[in-house]
Amino acid sequence: MDKGALASALGSPSVFGQSQFAFVRGNAFEARVKADGGAELLRLVHERLDRGARPPAEARVEVPDLSATGPEGRAARTSLALREATGTPGAWTLLDHPMLALEVAGSPAFLEPDAVVVHPDGTWTVVEIKSFPMLDGSADPAKVGAAARQAAVYVLALEQVAARLDPAPRVRHRVLLVCPKDFSNLPTASAVDVRKQRAVTDRQLARLTRIDEIADALPEGVCFSPEQPAEELAASVEAVPATYAPECLSACELAFHCRARSREAGAVTCLGRPVRAELGGLSTVGDVLAAARGEAGDPDDPAVAALRRAARLRAEALATAGAGTGEVSACR
Amino acid sequence: MTAETLAAPAAFDPGAEAARATAAILHDTLHGTERGVVVDSPPGAGKSTLVVRAALELAGAGRPLMVVAQTNAQVDDLVLRLAEKNPDLPVGRLHSSDADPYDKALDALENVRKSAKAGDLAGLAVVLSTAAKWAHVTVDEPWRHAIVDEAYQMRSDSLLAVAGLFERALFVGDPGQLDPFATVGSEQWAGLAHDPSSSAVTTLLAHNPGLPQHRLPVSWRLPASAARLVSDAFYPYTPFRSGTDHGDRSLAFAVPSDGSGPDRVIDEAAVSGWGLLELPARHTPRTDPEAVRAVATVVRRLLDREGRSTSERSPDPAPLTAARIAVGTAHRDQAAAVRAALAGLGVHDVTVDTANRLQGREYDVTVVLHPLSGRPDATAFHLETGRLCVLTSRHRHACIVVCREGVDDLLDDYPSTEPVQLGTLVKFPDGWEANHAVLAHLAEHRVAWRP
Amino acid sequence: MSLITTLARLEAVHTGRAQPAATVRHRHLSDRPMVFVPLITAGEAGAPLGALVGTDRDAPHLLVVPQPRDRDLRFAFLAELADIVLPHVEAYAEQVEAAERTETDPETDKRVKVEVDLCADAAQLVVPSRAGIDFVRLLGRSMRFRRTAEQDPETPHPAPPRVPLLGRWLTHYGERARVPGSSLLLAMTDLLGRHWATGQSTLEDQHLGALLAWIARDPEHPGRTGAEAARRAELARDADGQLLCPPAGPATDPAFDNKLLAPAIERYDRARTALAAAEDGLEADDRLGALTAAEREIRDLVESRTRPTWDAVWRGLDLLRELPVGAHVEERWTRDRWSFTSHRDRILSGEPPQPRRDDAVTAANKLATREREQARLEAQEALDDPLVMAGRRLAGEAFAGEVVDVVMAYSESKRPSPRPLVTVRTDDRPYLGERVKVYRSLGGKPQTAEYVGPAAPDDGSDAGAGTGDGALVLRITDRMGRGKEPEAGSVPEKGDLVCFTLFEHEQRGGAKLPDPEQTPWTHGGPPGEAAAVPEAADAQTEEDVL
Repeated sequence: MDKGALASALGSPSVFGQSQFAFVRGNAFEARVKADGGAELLRLVHERLDRGARPPAEARVEVPDLSATGPEGRAARTSLALREATGTPGAWTLLDHPMLALEVAGSPAFLEPDAVVVHPDGTWTVVEIKSFPMLDGSADPAKVGAAARQAAVYVLALEQVAARLDPAPRVRHRVLLVCPKDFSNLPTASAVDVRKQRAVTDRQLARLTRIDEIADALPEGVCFSPEQPAEELAASVEAVPATYAPECLSACELAFHCRARSREAGAVTCLGRPVRAELGGLSTVGDVLAAARGEAGDPDDPAVAALRRAARLRAEALATAGAGTGEVSACR
Repeated sequence: MTAETLAAPAAFDPGAEAARATAAILHDTLHGTERGVVVDSPPGAGKSTLVVRAALELAGAGRPLMVVAQTNAQVDDLVLRLAEKNPDLPVGRLHSSDADPYDKALDALENVRKSAKAGDLAGLAVVLSTAAKWAHVTVDEPWRHAIVDEAYQMRSDSLLAVAGLFERALFVGDPGQLDPFATVGSEQWAGLAHDPSSSAVTTLLAHNPGLPQHRLPVSWRLPASAARLVSDAFYPYTPFRSGTDHGDRSLAFAVPSDGSGPDRVIDEAAVSGWGLLELPARHTPRTDPEAVRAVATVVRRLLDREGRSTSERSPDPAPLTAARIAVGTAHRDQAAAVRAALAGLGVHDVTVDTANRLQGREYDVTVVLHPLSGRPDATAFHLETGRLCVLTSRHRHACIVVCREGVDDLLDDYPSTEPVQLGTLVKFPDGWEANHAVLAHLAEHRVAWRP
Repeated sequence: MSLITTLARLEAVHTGRAQPAATVRHRHLSDRPMVFVPLITAGEAGAPLGALVGTDRDAPHLLVVPQPRDRDLRFAFLAELADIVLPHVEAYAEQVEAAERTETDPETDKRVKVEVDLCADAAQLVVPSRAGIDFVRLLGRSMRFRRTAEQDPETPHPAPPRVPLLGRWLTHYGERARVPGSSLLLAMTDLLGRHWATGQSTLEDQHLGALLAWIARDPEHPGRTGAEAARRAELARDADGQLLCPPAGPATDPAFDNKLLAPAIERYDRARTALAAAEDGLEADDRLGALTAAEREIRDLVESRTRPTWDAVWRGLDLLRELPVGAHVEERWTRDRWSFTSHRDRILSGEPPQPRRDDAVTAANKLATREREQARLEAQEALDDPLVMAGRRLAGEAFAGEVVDVVMAYSESKRPSPRPLVTVRTDDRPYLGERVKVYRSLGGKPQTAEYVGPAAPDDGSDAGAGTGDGALVLRITDRMGRGKEPEAGSVPEKGDLVCFTLFEHEQRGGAKLPDPEQTPWTHGGPPGEAAAVPEAADAQTEEDVL
């Protein structure tokens, strides 16, 4: 489902899209990292994760061809290549854009990591190549966090593949993040421990309601296609429970649509999730303001009582300031 | 109850294991060649006992010793324990020049000298103070040895200010409790070995990776029913065991249950060590009146029903008094609301405090208002692993958690999306994951109640 | 977010207009701020595309890098930027006044007062958003280690002479911006967000156009609500698919990059290639004309994306100037002047550029300073602004009320000092425990009192019914003079309105940390020889972007 196209059809075009400058540079960087049969990439894996092993420059290096038809075919080809590489001790194997299948809510999802490396000892490492810079050894934590969560999914998928081999090879829980160094286009890398993200993702996947259960819960005829008339589309989208929060704006193409709906409904979460923290059961702008003004709400409810105190203190402060004495009398 | 039956290999002898660990620690401290020794101590593993013992042995070996703790209460507690073990030892309590700088109980101790000036305490076998006070001390000749207590709760910059005062040190602390924090952003130093906002131990080990690290392997406080959960949820890569086995401790009540939710959850907790009193799902403000009342009612009933506990400490049943019960909350206003509710029920002597203030304390039964109960959102504060760890690891017998239904759904709405700083040591476990683990366990001891 | 701010935001939703979040201005504004609106090239680490910069709102300097991948063009941009920013900064650095500073005398180890120069004012830099501050920092980092031909004749790509110096100043401004309450380098979105509460989230407030839409009514569309105007600022596009209100940068809109900028850069590249291939003077003249036209096109594009933001920043400054200035703002600006002066002195004394990473002692000192300034800022804003104080009162950290009783009492020492007991009736609910200290401002200085307990229930006085409810007794402990009787005006009187805080008004200095040369073994030990070697310039490759 193309959420961007859906958003435009709903009348709330998103601001997503990628600049071709970023795109070109990202591709050029990945190509550079993987050039010469992955020599630089393998060097970084050796240096950052496996210094004890024989350096790739002095060892056998394999870069198997992974091409096949369709995602299933490519996933099967990847599994085969992993099995072969694991059975070849002493060699470094680079799997360039392998295809992995992961069971999500009962259906397979296909994933394509940038690279997977099989070490001479038969262990596997996920490699993520990103085009944001590592400046003096540090990088944007939000972007690194996203990369770590992404890599954790690959680790889980690899573990499913590994579990089918006997003996099951070890999937390393430290992945390699490769980025441009400082202001240059030269690659540098950092090992990222993804045990935390792996544990969280594992639990999230286990808790995901099965996709067919989600489908069962939806009314008949729900179908998200941008070609439908806007009202029908909107109705379809409304049927899926979604809790809008401002964070969605940077993550989802449909966020502006959800925001419009959420604002129409007067939901206070439009102002950010923390806003609700002290409002208890009050969740709409109208309810909160009515409670604050003393027009509604149970005065024994601590949320209502706190709101009234806040409203009184605010009004008092504004009156003090507005009195124009220039002197903040009570508090100076 | 759930089968907490840990497949304990018959060979596991907690006393022997703990003694072995202690001996190794003391050996490295007294005779080792490294300048530092680090000891991780899970909840109730005998950290204070170790500190006192190490202090006495170092003093016995004639090495001038300074002790650094984080709060005045911790310093006073150590002074009292030292004096109890060896009343003849000349001890110095260095204190601030504020009003009431130390516990008045110290005035009764003959060989404890108190002063706001380090010079007045020169030559004493052991001098104890807070990190904040030590930071203002200057010396020409550094102390031969130091013990740094609660080192995981000490900030790196705080250690920087005092580390020039000693030549060698024993660092002791619990890595699972609340981390130190800064009131301003410190991201620019993340990943640096000497990030001033990280814990003292993190910096120490980053600069001195070869230091001997030990772990106290046995919790003498936590019952067998709790050690496994707390260890799995909060110390997944450094497990510990309970010093007692199932059946070594018991909690029983003379007055039978009246069938109410609070009584049923008390009975569940008495049998299994855990109880979850679950109120109907509802978004509430922090001081949720129903939840606060429920907490107070549970405490009232714990007292009314005349609890008796037996344990390895004494064969005779000991009464469950108000002093042996504590209530833990996430926020100060919640603690204040619970105190008011308890006063309304005529209960006055039960400790009610936030997780921060309950660190290092021990009770027979704790009643916890779950940090996420009734919340519409889950912030990093509420998900912080250390907070939940402190709240669920203060008890010797049972822990009763009061919570609104729906926290698991709330967690699902707030998937963990923590930023990651390159080069930092990953701290385990993830708050989101640990919360789920604890909830899943508590769900097996659930008593649903509509007040 | 405090409930008071939440209410203000909800009121903003309800009225369609931003509501006050402050009643005074809490940041210093220079009479001559320098505004800087930069744009960067997507996908490159801090590669500038262009900027508007200057102190005259009607005549900004337009700087453009027509081909951001060309090192020489980028250096030309940075040199031009240095020629505008450095004279502005240096003008302030030259104007000094005499001031006193306490220093530790290295010989006697005593604290002594020394007379030093303090810059009479400091240059202020204003950028549109927080991302702009990050970019200033990044520019500083990218420039300060550059070598000029004069410094190192061997350097393969020498930087223009003043570029490393600009890098050092921008680094200092970027670092200072991390200090709470500082005003050397400000982001307009932060400034507006501090003083107004909009009907949208703080996340959406990061969009300068949307934020302004809530605060200032569009004269051409007075009927539009803040939400409508903000949505238009965020999303509305022209027939070409371009945003009507371009983002405040430094990142550009991908649609702009792909539809307008990329083709223009391509035309520029073609014109350059053609010029290089020109075979005679006539042809070269012709092709130079084409190149100039292509460059002008890019300049126009960059100006079209930066000018709306430039105007918005000045509009924001106008709005902020309408607020009366907070009482402690000047004092905090003086700290900024000290910071500015000390950086000037470091440059004058020939110190090397700021290192890439702070050593343990520097980092700890910076953290301590920032925590202290954070506490200072919180206290001062509350004292300066009743609306901020209202938030502290709601949080139980302060209380205001009327003095209903004063009883004279004395300390139990040999020379009894006045310790009057003051009963205050308040509706606030402070978190007071026995002997908790509270403070009020008396002639600009904090007076300390300690909490004694709740007032006894109605004692029959004429203070009115319910004195016991919400009335508390305080013991005043200082600032009453040296005599047995308190000085006039130093003790509140019955009927006075008073406001006490549980937080201190002034901040104590922290413990002294060791000198970096004395770094203890726990933190890596003394830096030794390694620290004496100046930091190397960044390695350069053919594909470097800066």
